[in-house]
Amino acid sequence: MIAKKDLEHMAWLSRLELSDNDKEKYTPKLNSVLDYFGELDRVDTEGVEPTYHVLALSNVFREDEVNMPGKSLTQDEALSNAPKKQDGFFKAPRMM
Amino acid sequence: MFDEPNKNNPPFSKGSSKYENPDSVMIGLEVHVQLNKLKTKVFCGCTTDYHNDPPNSHVCPVCLGLPGALPVINKRAVEAAIKVGLALNCKIEEHTQFYRKNYYYPDLPKGFQITQYDFPISSGGYITIEGEDGEHRVGITRAHMEEDPGRLVHEGTIDKSKYTLIDYNRSGMALLEVVSEPDLRSPKEARRYLDKLRNILEYLDVFDGNLEGALRVDANISIMGGQRAEIKNISSHKGAERALLYEIVRQKNVLRRGGIVVLETRHFDEAREITMSMRSKEEAHDYRYFPEPDLVPLKISGWAPAIKETLPELPDARRMRFVEQYGITDDHAKALTSELKLAIFYEDVAKKADPKTAAVWICDVLKGELNYRVLTIDSFRKEHMLSVIGLLASKKITEDGAVDIIRTLLDKGGSPDEIVAEKGLLKVEGDIVSTAVDEAIKENPQAVADYRAGKEKALNSLVGAVMKKTKGRADARAAREVLMGKLG
Repeated sequence: MIAKKDLEHMAWLSRLELSDNDKEKYTPKLNSVLDYFGELDRVDTEGVEPTYHVLALSNVFREDEVNMPGKSLTQDEALSNAPKKQDGFFKAPRMM
Repeated sequence: MFDEPNKNNPPFSKGSSKYENPDSVMIGLEVHVQLNKLKTKVFCGCTTDYHNDPPNSHVCPVCLGLPGALPVINKRAVEAAIKVGLALNCKIEEHTQFYRKNYYYPDLPKGFQITQYDFPISSGGYITIEGEDGEHRVGITRAHMEEDPGRLVHEGTIDKSKYTLIDYNRSGMALLEVVSEPDLRSPKEARRYLDKLRNILEYLDVFDGNLEGALRVDANISIMGGQRAEIKNISSHKGAERALLYEIVRQKNVLRRGGIVVLETRHFDEAREITMSMRSKEEAHDYRYFPEPDLVPLKISGWAPAIKETLPELPDARRMRFVEQYGITDDHAKALTSELKLAIFYEDVAKKADPKTAAVWICDVLKGELNYRVLTIDSFRKEHMLSVIGLLASKKITEDGAVDIIRTLLDKGGSPDEIVAEKGLLKVEGDIVSTAVDEAIKENPQAVADYRAGKEKALNSLVGAVMKKTKGRADARAAREVLMGKLG
């Protein structure tokens, strides 16, 4: 059961700012998602190999070759969408 | 199947006296090793050769985390990880896969790091180090693969800067995180563990420790009566030792004042040599790991036997072989194998000269002169070592002369023969020594009288006088014998 406090924690982890109105709305919605997983929990999986990955594939590799499969961007291209930059660096607010 | 002790990494004999560990210090290290001998990053084709290039000049949609980009794993990175796992006596897992570790920090452009979680590529190994009480075995919990984050540049110090500059050239470099058990009992053991790990990695040719950011350490440390602290941002072996020494004193002081050592993450300030609290553990760590849907699982334990066959001789095995094959002391063998390049240098010299003499001159003289000048073995030529040993063997120079040649080669260059000629280092013998002895006796009547009166030490000043007259080219031992003969 997700309480308002849990929702606030999850929002903080995802750096989302929620209004009181949002919190009222999302708490029951998340609980219904959780209830659905509770239903899955009731399925008997005795002797069934766990699904570690959604694709039934393994061992997909690339060779150690420069610019394969994709090419590197130029510095200008790399920075072209950055809201703030300086001397070829991306510029971000201080984080601590 | 791969549990049995590695044939390339045989066990040591146990030390005798037991180390008490009075404060119950427990240290575990997480070492991030860049697999920087690969040509490309771990999930994309960007080059690993970025160290001298402008920021953000070797990036692509994958390592910048642009929407829709698809990571594909570098096969050679997986092989290198298996190599390291085997060299650390780990088991290579049957099934291994990647996860997303979610956290928000600007060094990760995607908002998560691709890493491993409950299915690491290798686990359950050990490294043997020279411990406080002899050979000490340190457990390796696991060695898992992950991607390196970008590099942050702070204006001023990390706690005062107004903003952060980010270079993603490093983002996506293949990392191996080697996690040890809390088996280290002192900062000194932690340093030795790091030295040994680096040495093994260099022998395996997967790692160049001289590149910036090649090896980074997080340390977990606790003492009796307290919880553990995790220290981040340690970038050198010496830094690890200093940070841990500081941390032991800090934790002891907290307990002595009746305080509580709390579980927390601390930041090591390398310039000030102190650790500072960053955050308490419980509030921050919630990484919400989930399987990385873009990378399929690996089933590569079958590669291990073939890769094991290609493992080179590792430091401990080479050390034992040196003792056996060349008849040198264990201390010399240990010093010579502590660096791959030094071991190769020695072995090339030992093949063409007396191996014991070579060990003495390389370990006891050359290594010290190099350390004093903060140089590596790359600064000295094998041919020069061979000529110096040759000149000594044919008794053409004295030991002092040989030291002089080595120093001159390091400081000014040239060749041993030129230096011998320039400095007049050819050893003088016979008549010249005899004449010098006669003169010394004539010019120092007081010393002669003292010696004859039973003062053995007076002989030293006479030997000194002979050496001065021959400009250090006489053999001191021979001069002494001639003097004693003449003074009867």
